[in-house]
Amino acid sequence: MTALRDITLLVNGQEYAVRVEPRKTLADTIREDCRLTGTHLGCEHGVCGACTILVDGSPVRSCLLFAVQCEGVEIETVEGLASDGVLHPLQEAFWEHHGLQCGFCTPGFLMLAKGALEEDPGLTGESLKEVLSSNLCRCTGYQNILAAVEAAAVRMRR
Amino acid sequence: MSYVGRSVRRLEDPPLLTGEAHFVADLDFPDMASMRVVRSPVANGRLIGVETAEAAKAAGVIAVLTAADLDLPPIDVRMTNASGLDPYRQPVLAEGRVRYVGEPIAVVIAEDPYQAEDAADLVWAEIGDLEPHLDPLRPGEFENGIPARVATVEKKYGDIEDGFEVSGHVLEVELRVGRHTGVPMETRGAIGIWDEAEGVVHMYGAAKVPHYNRSAIATMLGLELDKVQLHENHVGGGFGVRGELYPEDVLVCEAARLLGRPIRWIEDRREHLIATNHSRDQVHRVKVGFDDTGFIHVIDDEFWQDQGAYVRTHGATVADLTGAMLPGPYLVPAYRSRGHIVLTNKTPAGTYRSPGRYEGTFVRERILDLVAAELGMDPVDSRRVNLIPRDRIPFDREYSALATGVTYDSGDYERLLDRVVERLGYADLRADLERRRANGELVGLGVACFVEKSGLGPFDEVRIEVDASGSVEVITGAASLGQGIETSIAQICADGLGVNIEMVRVTHGQTDRIDRGMGAFATRVTVMTGSATSMAAAEVREKALEQAAGLLEANPADLRIERGRIQVEGSPEGPFVTLGDVAAAAVEAGGELSATAEFNTTHMTYPYGVQAAVVEIDRATAGCRVTDYLVGYDIGRTVNPMLVEGQLVGGVAQGIGGALLETFRYDESGQPLATSFMDYLVPTASETPHVEVMVSEDFPSPLNPIGVKGAGEGGINGVGAAIAAAVGDALGQPGAVTELPITPESIQAILSRG
Repeated sequence: MTALRDITLLVNGQEYAVRVEPRKTLADTIREDCRLTGTHLGCEHGVCGACTILVDGSPVRSCLLFAVQCEGVEIETVEGLASDGVLHPLQEAFWEHHGLQCGFCTPGFLMLAKGALEEDPGLTGESLKEVLSSNLCRCTGYQNILAAVEAAAVRMRR
Repeated sequence: MSYVGRSVRRLEDPPLLTGEAHFVADLDFPDMASMRVVRSPVANGRLIGVETAEAAKAAGVIAVLTAADLDLPPIDVRMTNASGLDPYRQPVLAEGRVRYVGEPIAVVIAEDPYQAEDAADLVWAEIGDLEPHLDPLRPGEFENGIPARVATVEKKYGDIEDGFEVSGHVLEVELRVGRHTGVPMETRGAIGIWDEAEGVVHMYGAAKVPHYNRSAIATMLGLELDKVQLHENHVGGGFGVRGELYPEDVLVCEAARLLGRPIRWIEDRREHLIATNHSRDQVHRVKVGFDDTGFIHVIDDEFWQDQGAYVRTHGATVADLTGAMLPGPYLVPAYRSRGHIVLTNKTPAGTYRSPGRYEGTFVRERILDLVAAELGMDPVDSRRVNLIPRDRIPFDREYSALATGVTYDSGDYERLLDRVVERLGYADLRADLERRRANGELVGLGVACFVEKSGLGPFDEVRIEVDASGSVEVITGAASLGQGIETSIAQICADGLGVNIEMVRVTHGQTDRIDRGMGAFATRVTVMTGSATSMAAAEVREKALEQAAGLLEANPADLRIERGRIQVEGSPEGPFVTLGDVAAAAVEAGGELSATAEFNTTHMTYPYGVQAAVVEIDRATAGCRVTDYLVGYDIGRTVNPMLVEGQLVGGVAQGIGGALLETFRYDESGQPLATSFMDYLVPTASETPHVEVMVSEDFPSPLNPIGVKGAGEGGINGVGAAIAAAVGDALGQPGAVTELPITPESIQAILSRG
């Protein structure tokens, strides 16, 4: 077994000192060592996107990164979206538009949408659909997810 | 203002949106160890020995268990409607024989999941390969002297021979529906905990049928029922497959008891695709007799269902429902179905959303399209000729499904078809597509009619308790797989009781909170749990009014409850007491403000629908894209329109997967070829069209106090059928599609023979 490494992760503005094997994925580290279990694992091979988080503002699959690669970057997870009990416009819109059923894929979609809209606030229509095709949902048929993100985009532009 | 009928936003959403929800993999218990399952790498073989010594010495390993270490019976059939299934049940761990790639052979328990997975690679199973059986039409033996053809399920009415005699036309066709399944985004998972002091085993990660699984685990472990408790957490989708009793559920409980530590097993996606129930996979050979008007006098169907390596908990359910629901909304005076359940060396199969109907609707609606093509009729007209007229409903099929007599309870099928035709602008749409085809485009329209079923009994029990703060708890043995039951049940309770919905919380899936429960399957919860809730709420209301009458010195008949306040009707300025006050008074008097109600039924409700698909085929790639989709559905009465629409739209997306993308293929040695999301293709937003939903409430069910029917399976039911018809239309060969999924290869083949 490889030696454990001491690293510090910056997640949602908070520092976490963790001791991990070099092979431990970022997703597992966030979930088990930082105890932030809102980031979900749906496939562990980078297709489903349930584990999507933001690294320095860009959406990434946290199952495809090792924790030891992520020192010195800013990590955002779903737990960082709401502030002081006030939901982020994306969370509000998902609630309002019934953009979730079982809710398992939801954190990944929220983070994907946040990253995408922060990079291109005008994202809409087919381009938005293409971006949201990065992640899988098995319950909603995507219709309400698209509607929710469109609605949140309008609110976020204000 | 009532809550029922309104698109109330969901009570369950906030924790799911903020990441605070707890799915089973999110739970942490002190001293918890991880379990990894060692699975068979071959499809069929004699299991000669399992070498575990090296794995046992690996870092972090606590134990390695094989069948020799356990004394557990095989997993029983939960829903049985065929006898003789016992020999085909799956053992918890293989002993002497393996029958599919993925079958559990041993488990490794280690301090963390990485170590468990490392050590699992060191377990070596000696297996003597046997020839795999992969074709349900050429069944082998399950074991020496035990045939792999498990059972034949028959449904029949009318005179088949007479039917063919009066038919001027006869057609025969072979139709196939591929092997695909639910694939929820959350994989399975279970945590077993042994409470030594109390002698109780707890299992977290229960879903769908916690009470049934509790009794099954108790039996298997030799424990009294009250020594097993199951706990449902957030569940990331079910679709029929999640929550059935699988070997791993039993293994975590038994390992926890043996080792005295909490044992956690979380399935990975590869495991999910080879270990969790598959579904569908039927070959139908159907013979149909019809006359010049398109009226179908007789359907004689024989089908083979590839149920994989073992008979799991669903028993003969899928074959039973296929045969029972195949005639759908049409009269068909004579009908026979013979469904053969056959075992092969593939992952065992069970139910997946709209089991038997997705398949049967595909078969039936292909027939309606073929009849239309044969006679040069419009496909809508061939349906119209055959629909059961309104004055014949309730309509008794004279046989049973799921041990209940199949009697369509209410509806007007032609009226719904008319509405869909109108909404589509059918004639103009046909003409427009015709023009586009004349210009060289490959575009087409397909329509499918169907009857769904919902509200399977026999009972559901609900307990409602009000505390001194006026907050209301509804406790039910139903389960939540993400479908929104906390909200819909709270809506029914809030209306029945006269409280704000924010005061209601719904507790489900906890065997230590209510003794009985049927769970969530067969689109039963809104009908069954909803009805029981409405009855219990009425009882609590009556008790509260009586109690309040004493406190207010009024006649109970003059009182009303609104927003949790009880006062004399018509005098809003007068004195009042709250529901909480009444509950407190009840406690003071040595009682409580609560009621338990049970709703019983012997018949299911039958919602019905019409679906239409428009597809576009790319001539160069032979790829098929669904551009428009319409669902017309009569649900009797809607509790929450937003949730109903969500169910229907989500179902359509899954149906598109089964129609165009998803398929479990095997090579000739029985190795599964779809073991990741790179090979098993679930529709993304790009493959999913905008779905227009048209819900009507014309025919409430007469079978329950709130008139509801279910929405869970009405979205997926007709999708394979409608897309097959649309593809045939686009290619100018209405009957060409005989198999799902419709792949670019199959479209290319049709194009080249066209």
